[in-house]
Amino acid sequence: MNFFDQLGALFTKYDVLGAFWVNIQLTFWAGLGAFVLGSVLALMRISPVPSLRFVGTAYVHTVRNTPLTILMTLAILGVWTQFQLSFSTNFETNFFVYAVFVLAFYHAAFVCEAIRSGVNTVPVGQAEAARAIGLGFFASARLIIFPQALRGSITPLGNTLIALAKNTTVATVASVAESSGLMKSMIEFDPNMVLAIFFIFAMGFVIIVVPLGVATTRFSRKLAVKR
Amino acid sequence: MKLFTRRAGTSHRMRRALSLPLIACLGLSLSLTGCSSSDSGHKIRIGIKYDQPGMGYQDGKEFTGFDVDVARYVAKKLGYSENQIEFVESPSANRENMLANGQVDMIFATYSITDSRKKTIDFAGPYYVAGQDLLVRADEKDITGPDTLNGKNLCSVTGSTSAKKIQDKFAKQVNLVNQNSYSDCVVALNGGVVDAVTTDDIILAGLASTKANRGKLKLVGKTFTTEKYGVGLPKGSDKCEAINKAINEMVEDGTWQKLVEKNTAGTGYSYDASKNPPKPTGGCA
Amino acid sequence: MKLFTASSDTSTSVLFDAPGPRTRALTRWFNLGAIALLALFMVYVLSVMGAKGQLEAEKWTDLFTAKAWSAYYLPGLVSTLSAAAISVITSIIFGTIFGMARLAQSKIIRWFGTVVVEFFRAVPVLMMMIFFWLFLGKFSAFSPSQLPFIAVVAGLTLYNGSVIAELLRSGVKQLPRGQGEAGLAIGLTPGQTLRSILIPQAMNAMMPALLSQFVVILKDTALGYIISYPELLASARRIGSGDGNVLQTLLLAAIVFIIVNFSLTSLAGWLSTFMSSRTSAPKKKLHHLPGEVDDPNPPTMQMFVLPGHRK
Repeated sequence: MNFFDQLGALFTKYDVLGAFWVNIQLTFWAGLGAFVLGSVLALMRISPVPSLRFVGTAYVHTVRNTPLTILMTLAILGVWTQFQLSFSTNFETNFFVYAVFVLAFYHAAFVCEAIRSGVNTVPVGQAEAARAIGLGFFASARLIIFPQALRGSITPLGNTLIALAKNTTVATVASVAESSGLMKSMIEFDPNMVLAIFFIFAMGFVIIVVPLGVATTRFSRKLAVKR
Repeated sequence: MKLFTRRAGTSHRMRRALSLPLIACLGLSLSLTGCSSSDSGHKIRIGIKYDQPGMGYQDGKEFTGFDVDVARYVAKKLGYSENQIEFVESPSANRENMLANGQVDMIFATYSITDSRKKTIDFAGPYYVAGQDLLVRADEKDITGPDTLNGKNLCSVTGSTSAKKIQDKFAKQVNLVNQNSYSDCVVALNGGVVDAVTTDDIILAGLASTKANRGKLKLVGKTFTTEKYGVGLPKGSDKCEAINKAINEMVEDGTWQKLVEKNTAGTGYSYDASKNPPKPTGGCA
Repeated sequence: MKLFTASSDTSTSVLFDAPGPRTRALTRWFNLGAIALLALFMVYVLSVMGAKGQLEAEKWTDLFTAKAWSAYYLPGLVSTLSAAAISVITSIIFGTIFGMARLAQSKIIRWFGTVVVEFFRAVPVLMMMIFFWLFLGKFSAFSPSQLPFIAVVAGLTLYNGSVIAELLRSGVKQLPRGQGEAGLAIGLTPGQTLRSILIPQAMNAMMPALLSQFVVILKDTALGYIISYPELLASARRIGSGDGNVLQTLLLAAIVFIIVNFSLTSLAGWLSTFMSSRTSAPKKKLHHLPGEVDDPNPPTMQMFVLPGHRK
């Protein structure tokens, strides 16, 4: 068998694309969750209520300083086994949902900081103008600050999304059948193909990540508020 | 007994080497033994598991478990004293590589003798004949064997085929759960989210006999496969006969029995007497 | 902690007025309600843990035995820190080489640098670790007990080195053009200009982002547990699986990680202030850089500072 036959055999023997599809799904759902939670956190951190600011700050600093691997392990060994919190009777779905929650929980801290850095790109005059025409905190945040801040935070948000896409591989700790776990077992069963296998998976991520990066740069330019 | 010294020199020094010089050495060591120097005594390096309580487990600076005890006995019979033994962690994925590369001299790590493995390495033994079994909570009444698992949650380790076997042969409606280690499965079993854990009986007995689990878990005791645990050796090793002889002596002088009992204490486990104690004969070319 | 006071001075905000008596009363009720809810939640958590036997004194006291620390946590922490420290050094070396390659005169070298940097920034660190762990096992030159360590360092170096290369490049690109031109004008070669004029200045702007990248390195060493590197998380699991208190040991490991990272973050903040105090040039921070957005000290929110109080 020549090299390319063996390569082809790998694809028929293992569901490589299926594994990548799991990573993409994880990225999508966790990205959505992280964006929502991160926006709430950002709002908390700029709000008038001191306790909310404190909670937001404490959340960000704690989560940012904890390795994702530990959070993922704790979610399964702590929450799942002890609190018997199941999202589905199907274990695969259950672990998938757990992984989504942990990834969203973790990256929300980074989304929050990304949005906050976007808030800093909005000139003070904008906030002053909002106040001057009589808008309250929520109104000025929703109508004036956030729309501009989001446009200014496209790049850090995009970077967070890229980090999230790559971090979905950590879901292997939560027994989710995604690509890094598949790569490991493929190398174990076909050790002579180790380089080719790694290259396949690495290129898979290049294909996912590089367009995300290009899109980020493009959108951040296109959506930038001209000042 | 200078059989293993040449290789011992290289890798042992590597392991000892501090991290920083190690990096500097990496380039060199590819070309030759750039980082090794004089030999460090006539050591024997034995691959074991570090994370399998009851079989091969790193307990502080000590190593405990059935595999470890058998390894110590065999090494002694081969003429190595206690302080000439160097234990090396050999995770399942690396076992064949480590033998083929001469990074360990023998492996005692719940290593089943299979034909496909025999193509790349040699086996001595078996020193134990295990069988797949089920571990359940001590108060479990419904699960009495693999065919009573329908509708139950069964835990096993990612990449292992043992749970699939139960689904295919005994209980079609079993729900399979994969975890990263059997210890995680036991946590889940104690927590109540899974109803049974499956793998080789002696591994389960070892898990159940740890301090924290003693009295809380029990083995079902109906094995339905045969796994012969052998001593992994590099292809063409001349140790095979001597190891088999040592294992035979271990069974005859009662040590084998004592070691099994010691490492499964408190679980009510008894080995399958129809297959054990094993008679190590095959394998040696 | 300085980190928590950055925005706590309400009076300087322009987004909202200083809360009046009614809002303050409302806030107080809200806080009380939130605390009550939190307390209820904690009671629930503790009751479940109690029912599962997770509150048994032994499971917690086992965390603080001399054996647990001398044989597990401290060696684990040392492994974590040494892998991180080595990776920091190797990443800086890798990053400097490839950062310079990306700024090189020769088109081929630039192209090569770009491909390498972009590739390793795209591949997940965990995948690189798994690959090196299983791949290097084929070579007898690598001692099996050192393999996980080598794989962890290799994975961390390739990714974080690439991020540092990118940092260096954008740090240099953001310098005023005149700097490079002046270097060339006094007769330095392009390479000399880069080394003696551009990079030292870029370093200053890079510093905060560089230091926060070290936190990323330290956190990512925890991935090593997946490839059996005996770092803190792995030792926590190992002792936990023997003593039957995985939950407790994992919590302890998480707390140790948070403490170490938090001190590193604070050090990073202090260092970047110190560095910028050593130069009279206006401090210019690099924004929108590659890698995890992990600014140790997010800029204080200038927009909420009233005109009169602007720094």
